[in-house]
Amino acid sequence: MTRPRYVARSTAIAARALGEETMVMSATNSMLFTLDEIASVIWESADGVTPLEQIVADKICTQYDVTLDVALQDAEALVKGLAEHGILLLSDEPLAFSGRSHKETP
Amino acid sequence: MSGLAAEMTAKALKMGIPLSVQLDLTYRCNERCVHCYLDHHDHGEMTTTEIKDLLDQMAEAGVFYLTLSGGEILMRRDFFEILEHARARTFCVKLKTNGVLLREAEAERVRALGVESVQISVYSHRPEVHDAITKMPGSLRQSIEAARLLRRHGLHVVLSNVLMVHNVRDYHGVKALAAELGAQFLMDPTITPMMDGDRSILALNVDEAALREVFRNEEVAGNVEEFCAPPRSFDEEDLDMLPCSAGHTACYVSPYGDVYPCVQFPLPSGNVRRTKFADIWRDSPQLKEVRSITLGDMPTCSRCTHGKTCTRCPGLAFMEGNMRGPSHQDCEKSYARTGIACENLQAKKAARQPLPSGPLVQIQIWQPAPCTMPANAPDSHGVDAGLR
Repeated sequence: MTRPRYVARSTAIAARALGEETMVMSATNSMLFTLDEIASVIWESADGVTPLEQIVADKICTQYDVTLDVALQDAEALVKGLAEHGILLLSDEPLAFSGRSHKETP
Repeated sequence: MSGLAAEMTAKALKMGIPLSVQLDLTYRCNERCVHCYLDHHDHGEMTTTEIKDLLDQMAEAGVFYLTLSGGEILMRRDFFEILEHARARTFCVKLKTNGVLLREAEAERVRALGVESVQISVYSHRPEVHDAITKMPGSLRQSIEAARLLRRHGLHVVLSNVLMVHNVRDYHGVKALAAELGAQFLMDPTITPMMDGDRSILALNVDEAALREVFRNEEVAGNVEEFCAPPRSFDEEDLDMLPCSAGHTACYVSPYGDVYPCVQFPLPSGNVRRTKFADIWRDSPQLKEVRSITLGDMPTCSRCTHGKTCTRCPGLAFMEGNMRGPSHQDCEKSYARTGIACENLQAKKAARQPLPSGPLVQIQIWQPAPCTMPANAPDSHGVDAGLR
């Protein structure tokens, strides 16, 4: 059994939902990303304390016709890619600091 | 605009989302630039609480790009509280400042808050020219120092160079300065009328010959052959297109909460102190009217042989009296680029119609009769001081 992975949105980003997609811009290099509907669900749920597997199980597998293994594999690839660009933080431990979205109170 | 950004803008347009807002936090300023279009007196700026609430509303409405400008933004004691709130709402924040009040501590905070870019106005690389324009001795040195500090903190800095009669020969120097600082260089060749409609400052615009020279400079224009290519008229299928983003995916909010389609388009469209931002954006009759205008609705410009290549600004056209009409300043720019006068320009010249700006207005500025001088026009002493 693999250890749980935790994801949190970086604060060094700008982000806004645009329909079902999300625009994300890195504050460090102004690189712009768009996250599709499913990636946006993971992004919004990346609070630093909910394991990625739980996010995928609760928010993806309940909404889409996909197995946990397949969805988790895709989600791992996604968060790894976003972490490489510094817009998502990835850890084997819960992240004490969690990112903020515009829906949260600072 | 990158492909992805353009794609997102197109999506925002389709969804009716105000993707981009310029919010002026104050009109107060520590400089008194000769070409400034603002009244610097405080007529009741929004409070910190009001601005924070507005930011919440704008985030909810989908605003992504937020430009905080003024006046001088650092004249507000609550500036960093506002900026912090904006970043907590994950806006992509751009700042416009003269940098005069920016020191190490401010530069560090701006960096820590993840601001996308900071634009600093630099009119010349020569203090005697820049400081005469800002009417603030030492301002060039302070603006450059601010740019250096911000660059040292790794921030994206843009040096904005507004071209006018006073500094027409200095853009090379500002561009070289930007390169030395590792900053981006941005030139704006248009002086716009004051927000209250006073057009006297248009006399500071450079003349057609100077504009032509600038437009033919590769350092500024890039591909000159392309930039100055012969004009083209609209194709039939272009006529359903929209003139610009003002009121469509962008708008402007003044320090008093007034909403306009753009900072350069002073059509009062509502006030956030009385109406929710989203309701103004969605329901304002003024914004609806602006949105209803397609290129085909513009009687002069839709038929103009320069239509497709012209940079017509609907806001400038509005300030000339008709948002569906031509913007004379853009007709002149198109002439300077292409060497061919459009029909509107030819007609104006043939009719010897008084132009919105011209030598007579210029004389009025530089040798004003005391009783006719506009209250907030530049005084001749300040301008003359360093420029001769």
